Amino acid sequence: MPVRLYLNNVGKSFTMHLQGGAVIPVVGNVEFSVNAGECVVLGGPSGAGKSSILKMIYGNYRCDEGQILVTTGAGEAGGEIVNIAGAEPRRILQLRQDTIGYVSQFLRTIPRVSAEDVVAEPLVAQGANEAEGREKARELLSRLNVPERLWTLPPATFSGGEQQRVNIARGFIAHYPILLLDEPTASLDAANRAVVVRLVEEKKAEGVAMVGILHDQDVRNEIADRIIDVTSFHAEDAA
Amino acid sequence: MTSRDRNEPLLQVRNVTRYYGERIGCSNVSFDLWPGEVLAIVGESGSGKTTLLNCLSTRLAPTTGAIEYRMRDGAMRNLYQLGEAERRLLMRTDWGFVHQNAADGLRMNVSAGANVGERLMAVGERHYGNIRTSANDWLGRVEIAGDRIDDDPRSFSGGMRQRLQIARNLVTHPRLVFMDEPTGGLDVSVQARLLDLLRRLVADLGLSVVIVTHDLAVARLLSHRLMVMRQGDVIETGLTDQVLDDPREPYTQLLVSSILQV
Repeated sequence: MPVRLYLNNVGKSFTMHLQGGAVIPVVGNVEFSVNAGECVVLGGPSGAGKSSILKMIYGNYRCDEGQILVTTGAGEAGGEIVNIAGAEPRRILQLRQDTIGYVSQFLRTIPRVSAEDVVAEPLVAQGANEAEGREKARELLSRLNVPERLWTLPPATFSGGEQQRVNIARGFIAHYPILLLDEPTASLDAANRAVVVRLVEEKKAEGVAMVGILHDQDVRNEIADRIIDVTSFHAEDAA
Repeated sequence: MTSRDRNEPLLQVRNVTRYYGERIGCSNVSFDLWPGEVLAIVGESGSGKTTLLNCLSTRLAPTTGAIEYRMRDGAMRNLYQLGEAERRLLMRTDWGFVHQNAADGLRMNVSAGANVGERLMAVGERHYGNIRTSANDWLGRVEIAGDRIDDDPRSFSGGMRQRLQIARNLVTHPRLVFMDEPTGGLDVSVQARLLDLLRRLVADLGLSVVIVTHDLAVARLLSHRLMVMRQGDVIETGLTDQVLDDPREPYTQLLVSSILQV
């Protein structure tokens, strides 16, 4: 299977100017690759830098050192290799539309937008029409056991678990060759965890390369093809 | 819009500096704005945001520097070398300007319908029926009831006036809209409605927007890219969520950490 994502010597630290310029090293020398159809899980205790790695891949955090190379998906120049660490903002936005998806723990709600439209949005952004988007959104919301009476309501007032499932549906609806999973099963019940496991398996079968953070041991065992221990990526100045 | 259009910047700003006598308004600002892109300029009062916005929108000539705009025929033109008539036409048709205070962008003593229709007449529309239909359609899109079309904006609430101002700006299908604190001074529920409306219209119409705000939540919701200004300088720029979640400069870190959590 072809390599979809390659991190080469990636390093990151935070400089906290409000705390007298303290430099907090996060990770250093991060090196791994992910193939199409493979799910790699980042392991290590809290604070080891797992989320920071995921956020750098998504372009949400800046990458100070090294390269993050992705093979682009559909679109005008599919199959091109882009270095996210040095990409222009609009290039990153394009990648987020057609190449890299991100399932975060928390839903950022938008006032007045219904749950089904929140879910459908990434698919519509990829060119589907609204009816198609809504139909697939409803299908996913129903698989994730979000009660039908909630679909047309804005998720701001939903419970934490309901919001999270809306967020998962939003993350899985579109086709991205690379999908980042940031604790997608935290605070879900067993039935819904099983749904997420199935969704991940379907994505694998479609050849999607995935990188995840999963503290849930059972889910991790079911979906991980490989576990990478993040504590082995020491930041040099921390060693 | 063809892909070729999308691959060329709409606005190119190079080394724009504006002095007020000895005092600096904004200093050495350069950036490109692309079609469909929303750029937010943030910073505290007096940081030069509005000076820069006024320079970009030809309301205030920069002391030095160049601002080029891609005209509808595809040619890049220096805004400050356009003739007065060309510049006025641009502002009336291809551009919009949404003021913080709606009264600055509306004619307060003519009806809501006329406020919207006036911009259409400025681009040569003469058929009264068409103008009224268009005005009605736009009032609907900004959620103003059709039976208010003949009322003048003095009888409108602050939120309605702001929505009317937006309709007036968008009726001519501009490609670039400047916004100066469009949600400033509105209470939060009115703000949320206006933001949602703006977000949809901007996405549906593929508008390019330069928006000045001191509200980082507004910037996060509406903009793709963020520019942080301080004392006339652009001190940090990048993808909006990157600048807000991983701020690099001391001042940006201070700004982000000063947001009250609700």
